[in-house]
Amino acid sequence: MNATKDYAEAPINQQLSAEEKISFLREMMRIRRFEQASLKQYQQGKMGGFLHLYIGQESVAVGTVSLAGDNDHIITAYRDHGHALAVGMSMNECMAELYGKATGCSKGKGGSMHFFAPDKRYWGGHGIVAGQTPLGAGLAYGLKYQGITGSCLCYLGDGAINQGAYHESLNLAALFDLPVIYVIENNGYSMGTSQQRSSAFKSCLAERADGYNIVWDQANGEDLYEVRAKAQVAIERAHEESRPSVLEIDTYRYYGHSVADANSKKYRSPEEIDRYKQHHDPVNLWQQRLIDEGVIDTDKAKEIDLAAKEEAKASVQFAEDSAFPEPEAILEDVYYEVDTDSEAGQTGRHFFND
Amino acid sequence: MRTITYRQALNEALAEELTRDENVVIMGEEVAEYNGAYKVTEGLLDRFGPKRVVDTPISEAGFIGMGIGASMLGVRPVMELMFWSFAYVAFDQMINNAGCVRYMSGGLIHCPIVVRGPANGGTNVGATHSHTPENFIANTPGLKVVCPATPYDAKGLMKTAIRDNDPVYVMENTLLYGESGDVPDEEYTIPLGVADVKREGSDLSIIGHGRAVITALQAAEVLEKEHQLSVEVVDLRSVRPLDEETILSSVRKTNRALLVDENKPFCAVSSHIAAVIQEKAFDYLDAPIARLNALDAPAIYSPPLEKIQLPNVDAVVKKALHVCS
Ligand SMILES: Cc1ncc(C[n+]2csc(CCOP(=O)(O)OP(=O)(O)O)c2C)c(N)n1
Ligand SMILES: [Mg+2]
Repeated sequence: MNATKDYAEAPINQQLSAEEKISFLREMMRIRRFEQASLKQYQQGKMGGFLHLYIGQESVAVGTVSLAGDNDHIITAYRDHGHALAVGMSMNECMAELYGKATGCSKGKGGSMHFFAPDKRYWGGHGIVAGQTPLGAGLAYGLKYQGITGSCLCYLGDGAINQGAYHESLNLAALFDLPVIYVIENNGYSMGTSQQRSSAFKSCLAERADGYNIVWDQANGEDLYEVRAKAQVAIERAHEESRPSVLEIDTYRYYGHSVADANSKKYRSPEEIDRYKQHHDPVNLWQQRLIDEGVIDTDKAKEIDLAAKEEAKASVQFAEDSAFPEPEAILEDVYYEVDTDSEAGQTGRHFFND
Repeated sequence: MRTITYRQALNEALAEELTRDENVVIMGEEVAEYNGAYKVTEGLLDRFGPKRVVDTPISEAGFIGMGIGASMLGVRPVMELMFWSFAYVAFDQMINNAGCVRYMSGGLIHCPIVVRGPANGGTNVGATHSHTPENFIANTPGLKVVCPATPYDAKGLMKTAIRDNDPVYVMENTLLYGESGDVPDEEYTIPLGVADVKREGSDLSIIGHGRAVITALQAAEVLEKEHQLSVEVVDLRSVRPLDEETILSSVRKTNRALLVDENKPFCAVSSHIAAVIQEKAFDYLDAPIARLNALDAPAIYSPPLEKIQLPNVDAVVKKALHVCS
């Protein structure tokens, strides 16, 4: 990688207004504050199941999603809160989902791992490792089939690249010329397993794409400019050539795999975590960059952060005040035809209790 | 006798079999260095070393299939699925290969493999992580499936499963890992295909497997105290092979049957048990066989609702009173 290159000079970054640059800081701060608030509530027993925090990786979702236009779709795994906020989902609907409330984005049915907003071209939130990768190819296939110039940004972890579904997807994407971009969010670990202990590779994980004749690249996730510059190349390739790409973005998660990960400080050293926080934090680095560029000052940054914190706090209140779904809701949203009371929904029996 | 947890009981079974037979190898995601996502394999890497306890990448189809292949040569892999729900990416290996190779080879090949891990709802992890596929597995001749409900059964069944020369799929339960029970000091095994009457009674037979048995036992207490009903609880322990005789003799005694089952109702384990009872003990029944299954939808996340979705004590009591009315 070219360590000295300044990606601020990439055309896609040159054209950014001060307002846009500030909005990226705001989005990253919102994600971080939302996740901190959810962690606190999780620890108070307000939620069940898993909570996979995105803290440390914010620049990946915000940087890549900032490039998505009207026909660019997003799909990811279970570490999905950051992408959800980046595509424009509200903190309220996200927090309420974590609480299992009827006002949640999935009516309390999906939980932390299963956020969705198809109206924002956000197709989830998927709990099975790499399960989203064929779907990403499918969204790209759908666009192409319908003659729409667009793309699908499909995110996966460094551990997910070892699933067969991902490899089958790469082959399909290359064979059928699909406009899909696989974004490998390489945070160095899949649960407690380091990249070295889980993956065989030559120089990096994205390089496997070579075998499928797919163009790949690597980006340093701590630099939002670099994330944008490299993702833009891939999106253009999708739009203009209808060809897939693999983009591996180096990043880091500060917390355990999920909040339930009791070993999070055993398989990596506290020094390692500290080093990232001190020297590689994408939010701090972006804030500093904007200060250096004279786009904002410290006061303005504080103001944005405070607003994010307030918004997160309000979302907790919203979730607290919301009702749980009614018991009848358990049997709703299973079949489209039944829910819409169509003719097809009326013949034969669909449910089998008693 | 000692009192240990279901988790420790499984851990002891694994350790004892690793010691007994050098062909036994433990494999799965996070089983070695992390000590197991649910700590079932805790300490095994330290005791037995990295040849016997192996961490795998997140490649279920690949590593389970690899275990099946090794088993054809006489290795005895015990494969952990972090969740049984993840078996769904490895079904081809588990059903087509492990389940059919003996038959298709005219008996030339067999697969002494164990696939184990938690298979349950009730932990608010949503639809993709809450599957209970024992009915799918039991529908495949060539495969065996066991669902222990207590520490004693977990240990004894696991040891037998590892010694068995066919594929045995053991479905544990995350909600039971921390539950304690009596386990003998001395070594023991429990044969597959032998049910256990966990509580004797005369008015009603409640039949189930896995955690549903624990729910049934709690309901039986309530039914006795508050409704003066004497309830027998039959724990299948092993779904396939199935101990039909214990089921039938219980029903012939009580003349009423309630099947409690965390499977969804369509072609559930309980569907099969109902068929067995009506075919072979119809004349003994004083009431239609009743079933209580999970509510027929993907597992809901919302914590208070998931409680309602699964068979719980209140629902069992209500259903039992109906059967006995
Ligand atoms: C098929 C499947 N196997 C295992 C799991 C359990 N699991 C969930 S996340 C995870 C680690 C994934 O790591 P990575 O792909 O690097 O993503 P990250 O968590 O770092 O974002 C594992 C093993 C699962 N959800 N699905
Ligand atoms: Mg990772």
